[in-house]
Amino acid sequence: MILEARNLHAGYGQTRVLHGMDFAIEKGSITALLGANGAGKTTTLRSLCAMVRTQGEISFDGRRIEGMATEDIVRLGVAHVPDGRGTFLNLTTEENLRLGAYSRRDRRAVEPDLERVFGYFPRLRERRTQQAGTLSGGEQQMLAVSRALMLAPKLMLLDEPSFGLAPLLVRELFSILRDIREREGVSMMLVEQNAAMALDLADHAYLIETGRIVLSGTADALKKNDSVRKAYLGY
Amino acid sequence: MDAFLHQVLAGLATGGIYASLALALVMIYQATHLVNFAQGEMAMFSTYIAWSLINAGMPYWPAFLLTVAISFLLGVIIERVVIRPVENAPVLGVVTVFIALLVILNSVTGWIYTYTIKSFPSPFPKEMALGRFMSPHELGAIGVTLLVLAALYAFFRFTPLGLAMRAAAQNPVSSRLVGIRVGWMLALGWGLAAAVGAVAGMMVAPIVYLDPNMMGGILLYAFAAALVGGIDSPMGAVIGGFVVGVLENVLGAFVIGNELKLSVALVLIIGVLLVKPSGFFGKVHVSRV
Repeated sequence: MILEARNLHAGYGQTRVLHGMDFAIEKGSITALLGANGAGKTTTLRSLCAMVRTQGEISFDGRRIEGMATEDIVRLGVAHVPDGRGTFLNLTTEENLRLGAYSRRDRRAVEPDLERVFGYFPRLRERRTQQAGTLSGGEQQMLAVSRALMLAPKLMLLDEPSFGLAPLLVRELFSILRDIREREGVSMMLVEQNAAMALDLADHAYLIETGRIVLSGTADALKKNDSVRKAYLGY
Repeated sequence: MDAFLHQVLAGLATGGIYASLALALVMIYQATHLVNFAQGEMAMFSTYIAWSLINAGMPYWPAFLLTVAISFLLGVIIERVVIRPVENAPVLGVVTVFIALLVILNSVTGWIYTYTIKSFPSPFPKEMALGRFMSPHELGAIGVTLLVLAALYAFFRFTPLGLAMRAAAQNPVSSRLVGIRVGWMLALGWGLAAAVGAVAGMMVAPIVYLDPNMMGGILLYAFAAALVGGIDSPMGAVIGGFVVGVLENVLGAFVIGNELKLSVALVLIIGVLLVKPSGFFGKVHVSRV
């Protein structure tokens, strides 16, 4: 297991959002987190890298990380592609990417990695010196994934990478994510509204409702589950 | 014509000093969206440190460098100890802290060094060939200012740390997500601003002499410079500094007289705020209500 969470509670101010979640992400696998709006998907990802007040146990790569600062968790190799893409709007595309590698010790690997990322997303190479705020939504989403890749992460937390993308782009992005997992062995946790696409990509999946896990299993098993099919896949 | 040229060149020299201080203001503004009213007094205090070092027998340039280093540290400490606790306080609270810092630095300096005006040495020779248009100190001050500005530009533009500082200023949340220690970046920003201010103080002190109130007027010109350029534009602040320096000198010499020079700054501040609040190089901010 690359990541295990036990009895995870989290919330904003007085509002509790997660009520004791248990889940795990297998090394090298893609785990999908499904659920309706407001179920706590984004909060779950945020709690894993200390962006919200969190209680419970989280271990990453054999080390307990609850209570650590966001920066330090990132430095262990957890890359978060946040809700809303988190673009540095006034910096160039290339500067955004270099920032992704900011906390890496192996500075010499940054140049080859930049090339590798441009290999996945050739469009970003064309936009290299362009101010990132002027990129289209889809390009910014690619930039967010690429920035996360520049960390050479062990685990990527992807918060709705399909948000606001045209269906064709979503398919392209998901196939690139699959490539990345296969070639680089990065584990991923994927939060998605688009349950069908997510279950196609993922190995495992959890279904959450109002801050609790109500169903878990292999992606195939969830795809066949009647209640998932009716509520989230719509057939 | 010679007299006019002389005033323009002298204006460029003081303009460089305004530009440095304006840049220090902009650096803090970009990170906190607040104007540090104590920036001038911090520079003044640094200049007194330099004066102490030189009086203790240290040669000028080592004293200069040591002062810059000490000022950097003091800037970092001020951020950590004084500003950090009010980080999330309402704007008015933080502004009050800035003003308190101004008054405290001023009084403490007066208490340690007295309010007697002191002379401050210039590192540049007394006589030189170009002397007809510009004093050697003025020329030297321009040189030092340009060096500092170029070094800062290179630092922010070409080093990973400089990039991280820019990132932390504009998007703290995303910065944390790439592993940047945002709190330390803010402290570093204060350190750099204090260091730049120290250079400005040491360059202006031979002209205005050393006393605890020496920076009052200069900070006002720096405000004008930062506003003319656009408070969120480093490049604008620098250009604004030179523009204000030249305007102040030329208008003071030929139009309104030396006594009313300071009003040039005030007129510029009010004029820019009325006509073009974002300055000439700043971004226009639109907010939806």
